[in-house]
Amino acid sequence: MLTEDDRRLLHLLSQDCRLTPEEISIQTGLTPDYINKKTKQWEKDKVILKYSVLVNYEQLEEDRVTAQIDLKVAPQRGQGYDKIAQRFQKFPEIKSVYLMSGDFDLSLLVEGKNMHGIAQFVSDKLSPLDFIETTSTRFILRRYKQDGIEFFGEEERPKRLMITP
Amino acid sequence: MKNYLSPLASGLKPSGIRKFFDLASTMEDVISLGVGEPDFATPWVMRESAIFAIEQGQTMYTSNAGLIELRRELSKYMAKHQGLNYSPDNELLITVGASEAIDLAFRTLISPGDAVLIPDPSFVSYGGCAELAGAEVRYVPLRAEHDFRLQVEDLQMAYTPNCKLLVLSYPNNPTGAIMNRDDLLPIARFVSENDLIVISDEIYSDLTFEGEHTAFANLPYMRNRTLHVHGFSKAYAMTGWRIGYVAGHEDIIQVMTRIHQYTIMCAPIMAQIAALEGLKSGESAKKDMVMEYDRRRRIMVNGLRQMGLTCFEPLGAFYVFPDITATGLSSEEFAEELLKEEKIAVVPGNAFGPAGEGHIRCSYAYSTEQLKEALNRMARFVSKRI
Ligand SMILES: Cc1ncc(COP(=O)(O)O)c(C=O)c1O
Repeated sequence: MLTEDDRRLLHLLSQDCRLTPEEISIQTGLTPDYINKKTKQWEKDKVILKYSVLVNYEQLEEDRVTAQIDLKVAPQRGQGYDKIAQRFQKFPEIKSVYLMSGDFDLSLLVEGKNMHGIAQFVSDKLSPLDFIETTSTRFILRRYKQDGIEFFGEEERPKRLMITP
Repeated sequence: MKNYLSPLASGLKPSGIRKFFDLASTMEDVISLGVGEPDFATPWVMRESAIFAIEQGQTMYTSNAGLIELRRELSKYMAKHQGLNYSPDNELLITVGASEAIDLAFRTLISPGDAVLIPDPSFVSYGGCAELAGAEVRYVPLRAEHDFRLQVEDLQMAYTPNCKLLVLSYPNNPTGAIMNRDDLLPIARFVSENDLIVISDEIYSDLTFEGEHTAFANLPYMRNRTLHVHGFSKAYAMTGWRIGYVAGHEDIIQVMTRIHQYTIMCAPIMAQIAALEGLKSGESAKKDMVMEYDRRRRIMVNGLRQMGLTCFEPLGAFYVFPDITATGLSSEEFAEELLKEEKIAVVPGNAFGPAGEGHIRCSYAYSTEQLKEALNRMARFVSKRI
């Protein structure tokens, strides 16, 4: 179980991983020592996997498309879903792999330069795999919100009076 | 037309904040730490529920005391979170902000010749509303050496036998002070001994950053002596919706409801619906905001202390109240020069009463970037003077 302090620490780091232990210390009352020790431990335990940046590529007019590919698979003897999923996660083009409830079994997020590239990837790498029964590929057209961050729309900073009681 | 005015009304002094507001409003690129309201917009679940209500045509009056669904939910909420038990049928009134509840309380309880004990410094409306109701106002100083917690000795000093009401306001605006159970017990004894009624404005209770908030009505024998005033403005970031509430003994609440019936009819229905949604599903959004305030609070206290100002640790609301006497300036001079020199607006402590002199109120309902920039500019300003 996370303590309230640790929950706060994780929350702050996931909001802004550039905060230094000293800054976090000011903002939480935890000591820099504790913060250092805790984050190191989390890194070691693979609780913190990566400190990353969320990029809005559309703003850069970069060519980049993402497809969500849902797969129905037939696990083979000695090859459960985990085995199959591990096989997929080796492809660098595949950014996310999820085991799903519902009509499909696995869901992949695949990134490429364009639709053609992704189609190529599907036909070259996925289709030949004999444990795949059916696939459904849908392209993401626009990203409105990801990881809690809104990509478009006006930031909400309501206008307040300059001084109020 | 001046001679047509009622002496009581025309005798009302403009709030000390007004003058500063006028000055700050003429300037550009000001970072204002002078705002007494959240910088967050109301949580989306609540806004969405009001939009839906409007689409459904919920645009009518509600019962005078407020939607019964809201009063029921509120009654449950108060029992669960504050240990307070009030009947939704006759002990709860939904008002147009805590502001209306404060006004109604004085009008309901004050008879000619009565006096009211009001802490100094404190929220600007208490004195004005009490005077309008015809009360004699007796200010009780709050002292920095006691972390602005009200002391019985000071109450005794201000007390006269015609005192009937005491206003309590913790967590406090403008100081950020809180009072815990042990701090409040002697006050409760004083209230019993002198047969007082307490208007306890606990609108910032959810913004308590250390320990649990103690509702004054929960102290021994205080339930029937207390009007528990609260509202959605601060913790739910709902200032513009104007929803507050007051809970207390049926005999008092019923008369307050009667005045409210003649003057207001009812609080706006869409705002009541949004508030109801807040009680049902706004808890996590509220907690997130409280966590964010706590983080900003620590940044502010740290920053102010680093520039060499004495700053007691505020444990509630969203204000810090540093002592600026080390600069050799009065509160007003400090605020005025800071505004002109560094374009930072703060509110001079004496705008909340003479005992606020020597302090300024800085709100931290701002983004951390704004706060850091404001602290940098203030540090530059202060370093030239101490
Ligand atoms: C201590 C205190 N009480 C009451 C109010 C008024 O709140 P409402 O918006 O509910 O009228 C304020 C607002 O600044 C306040 O600071």
